[in-house]
Amino acid sequence: MRKLIVSPAPHVHGDESTRKIMKDVLIALAPSMLVAVYFYGLSAIKLLLVGVIACMGVEFLIQKYLMRTKVTVTDLSAAVTGVLLALNLPPTAPWWVIVIGAVVAIGVAKMTFGGLGHNIFNPALVGRVFLLISFPVIMTDWTVPASWFRPGVDAVTGATPLALVKEGLAQGMTVDQIISANPDLTYGQMLFARAGGSAGEASALAIILGFIYLLVRRVIRPHIPVTIILTVAVMTGIFWLIDPSQYTDPLFNILTGGVLLGSVFMATDYVTSPMAVKGMVIYGIGIGVLTVLIRYFGSYPEGVSFAILIMNSIVPLLNKYIKPARFGKEVSHA
Amino acid sequence: MRRTFSMGGVHPHDCKISADSAIETFPLPQRMYISMSQHLGAPAKPLVQKGDKVRTGQLIGASAGFISANIHSSVSGTVAAVEPYADLAGNPVMHVIIDVEGDEWDESIDRTPDIVRDITLSPTEIIKRIADCGVVGLGGASFPTHVKLSPPPGKKAEFLIINGAECEPYLTSDYRLMIEHAEEVLLGARIMMKALGVVEGYIGIEDNKPEAIKKMRELTASSYPEIKVVSLRKKYPQGGEKQLIDAVTGRRVPSMGLPIDAGVVVQNVGTSFAVYEAVQKNKPLFEGVMTVTGECLDSQHNFLLRVGTPFEKILEAVGGVPQKTAKIISGGPMMGKAVANLSAASVKSTSSLLLLTEKQTKRMEESECIRCGKCVQACPMGLEPYLLNKLARAGRMEDLEHNKVYDCIECGCCMFTCPAYIPLLDYIRTAKADVMRIMRSRPKK
Repeated sequence: MRKLIVSPAPHVHGDESTRKIMKDVLIALAPSMLVAVYFYGLSAIKLLLVGVIACMGVEFLIQKYLMRTKVTVTDLSAAVTGVLLALNLPPTAPWWVIVIGAVVAIGVAKMTFGGLGHNIFNPALVGRVFLLISFPVIMTDWTVPASWFRPGVDAVTGATPLALVKEGLAQGMTVDQIISANPDLTYGQMLFARAGGSAGEASALAIILGFIYLLVRRVIRPHIPVTIILTVAVMTGIFWLIDPSQYTDPLFNILTGGVLLGSVFMATDYVTSPMAVKGMVIYGIGIGVLTVLIRYFGSYPEGVSFAILIMNSIVPLLNKYIKPARFGKEVSHA
Repeated sequence: MRRTFSMGGVHPHDCKISADSAIETFPLPQRMYISMSQHLGAPAKPLVQKGDKVRTGQLIGASAGFISANIHSSVSGTVAAVEPYADLAGNPVMHVIIDVEGDEWDESIDRTPDIVRDITLSPTEIIKRIADCGVVGLGGASFPTHVKLSPPPGKKAEFLIINGAECEPYLTSDYRLMIEHAEEVLLGARIMMKALGVVEGYIGIEDNKPEAIKKMRELTASSYPEIKVVSLRKKYPQGGEKQLIDAVTGRRVPSMGLPIDAGVVVQNVGTSFAVYEAVQKNKPLFEGVMTVTGECLDSQHNFLLRVGTPFEKILEAVGGVPQKTAKIISGGPMMGKAVANLSAASVKSTSSLLLLTEKQTKRMEESECIRCGKCVQACPMGLEPYLLNKLARAGRMEDLEHNKVYDCIECGCCMFTCPAYIPLLDYIRTAKADVMRIMRSRPKK
């Protein structure tokens, strides 16, 4: 008689896996990667390749030789971290800076906490912020490198819109004067594609495409990105209504900097975001508020990375105290 | 907006490959093994001894308590033994074993094919008849039906809901009953409504069964206006009592409560048919429809099967167990039980034998929880399976109770959806049993 498997129900599985999810995230990042390659050519390819190889390599080495445990690089989570790290760096970043970022992201932020599923902070963001603090000049060099796809265009400086505004305001200009002095600061360009800033920030549309893909594939739920974006819109809207000469409008704030990239791909990181819907909304509002406060009152022009990392730290509390809505009222059975 | 339950749920593939196989009468085997424990509650007390002659439909096991049920012989013949016999899990359970001789039915049973529409019995007589005939819930839990139809003092039923969701993949026995015996099912509902004293009835059917919905709508419109057919958007576990009540009426049964706390009694389609047969035909529950299915089988079947038929006889009749079969399940793939012992016999509530290949049922190696929250999203009770799993592994009983492990309906959605292949329900199920034992052992205030 042949042997039969005997195990408790359920006897079938929905066929999702960590690897498939990570693959979907990589596919969702593809439009942003393509735009980066279009604008920054070889520099972007180098950035992405070094990012992915370094992140996966660091994870492999640590698991194999330091932890002597099962190597799980094939789950592709390190590859996602590598791409996100690359897309959060200036296109001109030298290879060794990326490698340091990868070591910090995977080695410090992920593996020291116990690897995938145990880290408190988003690894790619820890890597990026570490680099921003350690190498401030390299990390804010917004030179746009030459690209094969845009022949005839040499390397130009391409300061980020947020930096342009912050500098302009510091020099006593009004928002209108700054915008008219920089003819490429149109909504159309910011939405479709504008060279400048981190490698992944060039096209809002590419990020939105990725967002739609993630929603359709049910990889993420819309709550976190939507609350972040709405909060940023409301907060900046209030400042803008009070003084439009000193504060940019909500649409400008959403389309520039890392709000879209951060809210779609970084804040939704499973491991470091809340499990229940109510927690997600609180988390999203927190990120939105902190982003705007850092942008307007902090010393950095951009605050999404810091805002996400700060909110990451309260996720365990949110998970512990903000419970999902339960089915059915509690009744006493005395 | 099509109706469904409000929280959680998953969408497993339908796989209703036996839907178009009409009900066939399964031939009588030579020997029957009738379990004395086919229901929730106390096992029945055997009334026969070795050597006794029995007739089909004769009482052979007496209900042994308030929550218990009568057991009747499904065949005529001689009692070969009254002794423990291994059930599908291999555990010894008291059985009456009968050598089949002919098929001589008890004379009190109406064997004509005519549908009896006049309900002459009073509510008390109906409930007594249902108890006498050993009718139990055929949706899975096998709770004695007469107990469900007798709400405790102070609680009043407002609606009866007939559960035609059949949300488990593969199963088609309720579907075939709704297609082939629609009127009997509705009469069963009318009988139970009379017993409960309610005037509003519903039958909830998932919209992957349009023919059943159409058939029921035609019949209710012409002759059963007190019963409304509710088409439900396909989602598992729609057939869970709490989920079905939510989907059909919008009411939520309270935590740790029973459907009656929301003013509802739910009965399955198969149960409704059994109630009709018991009350109108005086026929005890000793046979029922069972699906025998699986992609690896050459043919798909819905059998009208006597209680006590050994699984191996059923599998022989469909051409034997194919070589690639890795698991045989009694019930559906989400909540059914894996069969460890093929010589075990069918019971009243055996709704199917499902054969799955290794590819279909293999458990993958567990990896780290990535905290994706998919289990939280999928849980129809609003629980946090990832957390319950962790607490269960750590043995933290108090925290498990605070996080309402007792509300788990063991539907398996969490484990079905987990991308890290964590056997969440394995741990939660065990922890739930432990926590409930602790809660029950506390002195009552």
